Amino acid sequence: MTFELLCFYFFGTVAVVAALSVISVKNSVVAALCLVLTFFSMACVWLLAQAEFLGVALALVYVGAVMVLFLFVVMMLDVDFAPLREGFVRFLPVGVLVAVVMLVEMLMMIGVRTLQTPPSEDPAMLAGMSNLEWLGYTLFRDFILPFEIAALILTVGLIAAVTLNERKRSHTKLQNPSRQVMVKREDRVRLVKMAAEKKGEAAP
Amino acid sequence: MIDAMRESLLAYGNTGLVAWVVLKILVIAVPVIIAVAMFVYWERKVIGWMHVRMGPNQIGPFGLLQAFADVFKLLFKEIIQPSSANKFLFVLAPLIALVPSFAAWSLVPFDAGLVLADVNVGLLLLLALTSLGVYGIILAGWSSNSRYAMLGAMRAAAQTISYEIPMGFALVSVMIMTGSLNLTEIVMAQAGSKGFLDWYWLPLLPMFVIYFISGVAETNRAPFDMAEGESEIVAGFHVEYSGSAFAIFFLAEYANMILIAFLATVLFMGGWLSPLQGWITADVAWVDWIWKGGWQWTFIKAFLFSFFYLWFRATFPRYRYDQIMRLGWKVFIPITIVWVVVAACLKYFGLVTIGA
Repeated sequence: MTFELLCFYFFGTVAVVAALSVISVKNSVVAALCLVLTFFSMACVWLLAQAEFLGVALALVYVGAVMVLFLFVVMMLDVDFAPLREGFVRFLPVGVLVAVVMLVEMLMMIGVRTLQTPPSEDPAMLAGMSNLEWLGYTLFRDFILPFEIAALILTVGLIAAVTLNERKRSHTKLQNPSRQVMVKREDRVRLVKMAAEKKGEAAP
Repeated sequence: MIDAMRESLLAYGNTGLVAWVVLKILVIAVPVIIAVAMFVYWERKVIGWMHVRMGPNQIGPFGLLQAFADVFKLLFKEIIQPSSANKFLFVLAPLIALVPSFAAWSLVPFDAGLVLADVNVGLLLLLALTSLGVYGIILAGWSSNSRYAMLGAMRAAAQTISYEIPMGFALVSVMIMTGSLNLTEIVMAQAGSKGFLDWYWLPLLPMFVIYFISGVAETNRAPFDMAEGESEIVAGFHVEYSGSAFAIFFLAEYANMILIAFLATVLFMGGWLSPLQGWITADVAWVDWIWKGGWQWTFIKAFLFSFFYLWFRATFPRYRYDQIMRLGWKVFIPITIVWVVVAACLKYFGLVTIGA
């Protein structure tokens, strides 16, 4: 058994176990952390498959940014998740059914036959480029239109989410930091000249 | 000599391979730990001078052994766990903070060919590793079961995510200029005959400034140390930590600081290239690194940048939280987006010479 195969089995096992604990652990923060572990071990599996860019991008985007925000929300929420999980065993058959349907659909899309044929030569290797260069050329030269359309759809989704969430609040107080920075002494302090009091006069 | 050592170790098979890997890790990790210790001493000394104090001066000559005395004090102290803390995560959090900050060091090139892991996606991997460190902070805050720690962790999470974006854009502009994510290639692309004017700090000046400021914010250092904010939340995320667990957080934070200083050097200030490159051509033993470039320059520049950290800390008052968010989202991100386009134009119209 080669070192790579050993690593693959290790990361694969960790990914599966972590993915199972995401749905079975009681504590919601621990569940989110298990999801992080799943992402991370999948990134390692992709690295082993020599998809360096995809692996590192997964770690960067999902582990480094998305899951941090997710944890942020889970920690801030004051929800008791125990009642939400009560039906776990009762709804398990439905869940398994959905999973099986999804598996069948995925197999139909990818095709069972491609699983049996040996994988084709690494296209990056054939082109004599690094994985990253090949991905860049393919994405920005051969598939530029689908890429741009995907970017546009994501931007529209972003704007829609912001618009849906933005509502006018009536009683909020806002600071204007640029005005705070620009403030001068004369705006805040007024020096008043007063006649000095003389000796002997009775204080009022 | 190195190759011979490698061969002799690999002759023992798998055990030798493991030993070789461990040896390589130690060659990076041990100097980093010692550098952190000396950097803490230097910080206290510099800030002392800026405050017109002496700084540490009792232990060893000039107080040089102060940092080691501190380390021993921390190691022998008891680790107190809050009774309702999440035991497992409480212990795990400092380690999660430490591992990415050390792992990132394996990617730093100190000289031509003097790098532990010469990875093609080096720049991206660095960004990924530095963004993982925030998990240690968040978990520390949450598992301590303390409000102060929780608030510190929330602040740290929001701040790190916000400043990762301008930092990422700054790295994108470097990538556009070089056409590669490999750190060694990035340095070599800054070689040329115009001395220090060939480095990326000149065409990417706003990016360079923003990168370093974002680096300060990313490592939660003054004036952006809202995660610790003594005056408001005691010590933030590590308020419940003591002894060696606290020492590990400390180590991770300082290792990250020095790492950011090295990265600013490598990405924008020409790494090991000499500021006199191309102006002097002479062969003199021992001193020709001054104009030919060498690892010495990497360390000199990185020392300068790490000094900026201390200078900032002694100079600027802490930001208010909304000001930090405003600076990140409303000032830095628009500037970086514009400058990515500018960098692309500079490259496309050939206004910047890449490589020697």
